[in-house]
Amino acid sequence: MADAALPLTTADGRPLKTALAAAQARARRRAFLLVLPLLAFVILTFVIPIGQMLHRSIHHDGFSANAPAVSAWFAANPAGAAPDEAAYAALAEDFKAMKAAKTAGEAGTRVNYTLPESRSLFTKTARDADDLAPPYKEAFLAIDPKWGDPAVWEAMRTSSSAYTADFYLIGADLERGPDGSIHRVQENQRIYIYLFVKTFVLSAVITGICLLLAFPVAHLLATLPMAKANLLMILVLLPFWTSLLVRTTSWIVLLQGQGVVNEMLIAMGFIGDDGRLKMIYNQTGTIVVMTHILLPFMILPLYSVMRVIPPSYARAARSLGATSWTTFRRIYLPQTLPGIGAGSLLVFILAVGYYITPALVGGADGQLFSNLIQFHMSKSNWSMAAALSAMLLLGVLLLYWLYDRLVGIDNLKLG
Amino acid sequence: MKKILILSTALTGFAVAAQADVTVMSWGGAYGGAQTEAHLKPFTAKTGIATVMVDSDNPATPIKAMVEAGNVTVDVASVEYADAIRLCDEGLLEPIDINALPAGADGTPASEDFLPGAVTECAVSTDIWANVYAYDTTKFPEGAAPTTVADFFDLQKFPGKRGLKKGAKAVLELALMGDGVPANEVYAVLATPEGVDRAFAKLDTIKGDVVWWEAGSQAPQLLADGEVVMTTAYNGRIFNAAIAEGKPFKIVWDGQIYENEMYAIPKGAPNKDQALEFIAYATSTEGLRAQAQQISYGPARKSAMKEELIFNDGKTVMAPHLPTAPENMTNSLESSFEFWVDKDAELNERFNAWLASN
Repeated sequence: MADAALPLTTADGRPLKTALAAAQARARRRAFLLVLPLLAFVILTFVIPIGQMLHRSIHHDGFSANAPAVSAWFAANPAGAAPDEAAYAALAEDFKAMKAAKTAGEAGTRVNYTLPESRSLFTKTARDADDLAPPYKEAFLAIDPKWGDPAVWEAMRTSSSAYTADFYLIGADLERGPDGSIHRVQENQRIYIYLFVKTFVLSAVITGICLLLAFPVAHLLATLPMAKANLLMILVLLPFWTSLLVRTTSWIVLLQGQGVVNEMLIAMGFIGDDGRLKMIYNQTGTIVVMTHILLPFMILPLYSVMRVIPPSYARAARSLGATSWTTFRRIYLPQTLPGIGAGSLLVFILAVGYYITPALVGGADGQLFSNLIQFHMSKSNWSMAAALSAMLLLGVLLLYWLYDRLVGIDNLKLG
Repeated sequence: MKKILILSTALTGFAVAAQADVTVMSWGGAYGGAQTEAHLKPFTAKTGIATVMVDSDNPATPIKAMVEAGNVTVDVASVEYADAIRLCDEGLLEPIDINALPAGADGTPASEDFLPGAVTECAVSTDIWANVYAYDTTKFPEGAAPTTVADFFDLQKFPGKRGLKKGAKAVLELALMGDGVPANEVYAVLATPEGVDRAFAKLDTIKGDVVWWEAGSQAPQLLADGEVVMTTAYNGRIFNAAIAEGKPFKIVWDGQIYENEMYAIPKGAPNKDQALEFIAYATSTEGLRAQAQQISYGPARKSAMKEELIFNDGKTVMAPHLPTAPENMTNSLESSFEFWVDKDAELNERFNAWLASN
């Protein structure tokens, strides 16, 4: 029986174990090569941009790159140190370089984020940079007495590091005092936290309304005979394929003060001419229009899940004596959960990031967090926009994690 | 990887070379239309260089994105004065040499022909436009129509909804003038925290009756829809609706805020040379006159105002409709780019917070 101790080999004499491992590695490599284009695509269009965004939210070298000498002085001297002649000399050196390279505006922009009115101080000083001569402190003060202001120096110290958490501070309605302590901004300037919370609440409301509206429609679609269901499906898809802008502006035509709905109500005598309903340019407008726009994203996953639920389950429950409500609650509803989860997550995440619709129909109180992101982008303050985007991303990820804990991400079915 | 990069760059280069058009990004609506008629079409007819117009709610917005991504798709952008300065400061625009601009039709060199401040390091003025407010004449009886900037904030005497541009710029100035601050003191007051509070307090008095607009074409639309009885607007849009479309709109010039509109070239524009050629043509005496005959914005060259300007309907004399007409400037404010370049972020943040609060 000595043969039994011999290792198993393939026909060409290699041990079976190695041959198997090699074959498996080959299969894995082939599978990897198949997904490689997709992986590259995801990295190129998703991971890298998001990484760049996160980096930008803590990085702004507008000042530090253009004012290296005074940045070095800040690094060498402790916080709170009064600027001496060496500091002014370093600043003069930087200004001469900035004038030559025309970068004073760029540096001033960064300091301006921390201390308003700094940009004009920078551009103004750069114009006279060639006249700067020792003693430098007097020379700077002659250009503008603000150069003696400790707040300006503190703002430059903050800006002298390319990496900063300042943009997140602003996003959390916080600011740094002149002594470096962190406190909340004045009440009439607090906006980010308020809008952040409001965005999530409003998105949840919209998701809820979408679910209520979509559930019966999807059920109808799933149970009607094919021909009728197809016709209905087209009615669902037609608005889905129509431009977002067209749908939003049609709602303006319908809902505005002199709009179709108000005119009809007046013609039918429900309201008087002076009692026109205010349905748009406010939060109501945002909710109505966003619900309409996002509804297909709820109907489609629900439909795809409901279509494959065997009707025999419900019939069996009924034949065993369950009421309609019990049948729905214990048999039908649990089976639609993957669709509800997918639809809700889809609608919620889309709603959180919407900005065109709130901008057009939201008026003063229908604005969302994304409108602030857009606002900062339009003012080319990308670091601020990136910090706000990162906050939004974090909020969504947190909810996603919660969803996974509570419902389980495996219970998600998109189609 | 490197090969792919080279290949894709070569392909993009080919694509750009294949369509050597000048792409102009502007504000759309009546203004974009006027620029198309007065600058783009005649420029193409004269030089054979194709031109394309694209619209934006504010053309200054996409420039940073394009320049930083290294994918500039427009050659010329029409931007506000403060934005032109700001973008230039940040190194996002190509410098423009005033000596590259043509002399006036009467032979005056460009450097003397343009109004003071109309040519900056990176941008050239195409016109002087104004933020004004206008009302629907059918909503107010004869003799009881608003005439002053204070009337805009008087809900008792002039009931009805107001349209206002969503943003701090021009709105805070309007509020202060409406509160009785003389035009020449507006920026001094607004530079103090008390002044800012005062402006917001004035806005508080009408906040519940305001419909906010963002794109220039929305203002006359709100007025035409009857959604508001009066609205702030760019004066040319109201002129266009009133004269060309016969709408019953009237401008109140008291408290107008005027500034230059600029043509600028984003850094790295694909057809920089043609873009410069386009700007030189568009801001020549002929180009400025042609635009002022399409829409009621004042030309920024002295030589363009020597002869009378007639609207393209052949009969309306433009002069009384321009922001620069002496009778329209009795209580007027020149928008301060220095103030807005500095305070834009701060005041708009405050404005957003004010807007969101109840």
